Amino acid sequence: MNFDYSDDQKFLKEEARKFLAARCSTAAVRKVLDNDDVSHDAELWKGVAEQGWLGAAIPEEHGGLGLGHVELCVIAEELGRAVAPIPFASTVYFLAEAVMAAGSAEQKADYLPRIAAGELIGCFATSEGPGPVTPASLSASVQDGKLTGVKIPVTDGDIADVCLVLANEAGKPGLFVVDLKASGVSRETLKTMDPTRGVARITFSGAPATRLGAAGEGFAITEQVFDRAAVLLAFEQLGGADACLAMAKEYALERYAFGRVIASYQAIKHKLADIYVKNEIARSNAYYGAWALNTGAAELPIAAAAARVAASDAFWFASKENIQTHGGMGFTWDVDCHLFYRRSRQLSLVAGAPKVWKERLVSQLERRNAA
Amino acid sequence: MDFNDSPEEAAFREQAKTWLANAAAKHQGSGGGRRPNTPEHMAAAKAWQAEKAGAGFACITWPKEWGGGGGTALQQVIFNQEEAKAGVNYGYFTIGLGMCVPTVMAFANDETKQRFVGPAVKGEEIWCQLFSEPAGGSDVAAARTKAVRDGDEWVINGQKVWTTGAQYCDYGIVLVRTDPDVPKHKGLTMFWIDMHDPGVEVRPIHQMSGGSEFNEVYFTDLRVKDSQRLGEVGAGWKVALVTLMNERLAVGGSSGPNYNEIMKLARELRGVDGPAIKDAAFRERLADWYVQSEGLKFTRFRTMTALSRGQTPGPESSIGKIIAANQMQDLGNVGMEMEDQYGIITDPKLSPMEAAFQQSLMWAPGLRIAGGTDEILKNIIAERVLGLPGDVRVDKDVAFKDMPTGR
Repeated sequence: MNFDYSDDQKFLKEEARKFLAARCSTAAVRKVLDNDDVSHDAELWKGVAEQGWLGAAIPEEHGGLGLGHVELCVIAEELGRAVAPIPFASTVYFLAEAVMAAGSAEQKADYLPRIAAGELIGCFATSEGPGPVTPASLSASVQDGKLTGVKIPVTDGDIADVCLVLANEAGKPGLFVVDLKASGVSRETLKTMDPTRGVARITFSGAPATRLGAAGEGFAITEQVFDRAAVLLAFEQLGGADACLAMAKEYALERYAFGRVIASYQAIKHKLADIYVKNEIARSNAYYGAWALNTGAAELPIAAAAARVAASDAFWFASKENIQTHGGMGFTWDVDCHLFYRRSRQLSLVAGAPKVWKERLVSQLERRNAA
Repeated sequence: MDFNDSPEEAAFREQAKTWLANAAAKHQGSGGGRRPNTPEHMAAAKAWQAEKAGAGFACITWPKEWGGGGGTALQQVIFNQEEAKAGVNYGYFTIGLGMCVPTVMAFANDETKQRFVGPAVKGEEIWCQLFSEPAGGSDVAAARTKAVRDGDEWVINGQKVWTTGAQYCDYGIVLVRTDPDVPKHKGLTMFWIDMHDPGVEVRPIHQMSGGSEFNEVYFTDLRVKDSQRLGEVGAGWKVALVTLMNERLAVGGSSGPNYNEIMKLARELRGVDGPAIKDAAFRERLADWYVQSEGLKFTRFRTMTALSRGQTPGPESSIGKIIAANQMQDLGNVGMEMEDQYGIITDPKLSPMEAAFQQSLMWAPGLRIAGGTDEILKNIIAERVLGLPGDVRVDKDVAFKDMPTGR
């Protein structure tokens, strides 16, 4: 049995943690949080590119490190722990994964080396309003290679160079790549729950769009990309949940009430034990997702959904109970608890809410049982 | 990251499979049922245990000189998996070989070990563990059963409770109070006893589930020799910790329906509007159960990986029973509610899936308590995994006889 990180992967994890501790302290995260004009940490983004992390899972022939997806999961866990304010998920989990899964040889040669080098920020535009994304929810459409429609919210859409857009073509969903610097694109930054990540409304009025993957297959490809992203996002959530547990524990061990540290009260001990149990269940499901993603296993849709459901639950629970453990201090702007609380919402919603994933999980189980 | 055996593990699995295929085919009697304790079932269980011992597959981690297999903990896990697949695992020996006999091996004199270890490995004699008392469940160290010295003997009087298998066991290890004048942890001593002695009376407990798997055990002037002592006088708590360390491994997971079975039930049953499985609230619960039980399965794989890499798994495994027992209770209830008014029926001839959901509902409260309550397991996680401080103790420096006892 070999169901854990290898020694090399553990080494990478340590190195990543050290790098982020030095370059992405919560003080650094707060610079993005507190400044309405800044939606990511450009210095950190540069540093992350120099580390080669953007191309960790991109093959060497396309300028990546070709390490594999487990290594990318390792990095994701550490980025989540650090609440990193960079467009890593949009660029790597969504754009790069989509190009690798469905792109043509030309598209791979065009986009992947630029992503790996940190020269290109990506984003993924599926939603057009409140409620889950379904084929019926799409109004954006492409005609004669020109995209028209409004996408909201688009994470990192305010700073991205390239946008992957789900839109109808000839009445069927397709997936399209759009250069956001081209004509026919206007965007506006929106206020969100997690200001450490930028979000935009993008209006396309006849913007040039190139299809990624086969015509009419846009929704199916989107689901494939979401499956891959779900595993990677689960690792970010896991890192965040772990950080919350560490924070709650540290505070509980130094805060005195009624003459003793609050960590000695069962009300607090059981709360932290509950967080630990959820985190372990999330970690085990995430590892299964990592295995399925890395090996391209047929189990990926089930494994990804389970990883996302478990990690969303764990991070939400850990982030809210971390505030509770901190008492009144936890409700202040100055204590870092809310950074995780905000990020837990961002990560749970960005690829579709847990409720949608639970439904996907059960329909996959039904399909498996019927087979 | 994968699920593959190492070459050594694969070789051992092959060896175990080959042996099991052959031995299981010759084996008379089925391994079904937890511990039904009929004469036929017991005889089959004992024969199977002897067969395993002969081949070195009983107590795989124990040294060969004691009748074990001289193997690793991971080999034991692999063998358990294959044995379960072969459908020949019996529950009678788990507590004795998992908890009691290792304690005997750690603390008894040579003569005692020579006499008892071999027969236990071969399934000829079965052992039980006598720790819990009416006044001390979670607080095992509050034991009141007392032993008073009389020359070279000790005289034991008192009562134990929740003793699994006492009705069929031959020997037991018992934790007793030998000095009530010192604080509670310091006045305990451990002995092994003969369960067939006239001073021992076993009374089955009528459980809320209807069955009687557990017992009360009464001692009336039970005389034991000082040579039956395990460890020093007054060191019983230290000895008990060695026994309890193994308990979480010995207490099995839940039986009863899991997410797959309730999904099957939901496909077959009618809901308010179409089949029950189309109910959105049910589907959400189902996803949660899947995530929890698969999460536990993969957590066990992580534990095996630690073993495979020569590391010692920690008390992380405490999470298993908390999740499994609570899920059993929830799943039983949701299954019953899905049957609507009909769910109240427990007759296996009438109730869907032979009343499996109703049985889960009535068993789960026991599973949430046995082998460490939810609350005690959370304390263990908080203290031993997360390193949080122990509770404030008001009983530490008080002589046992002066401790407030309430009811």
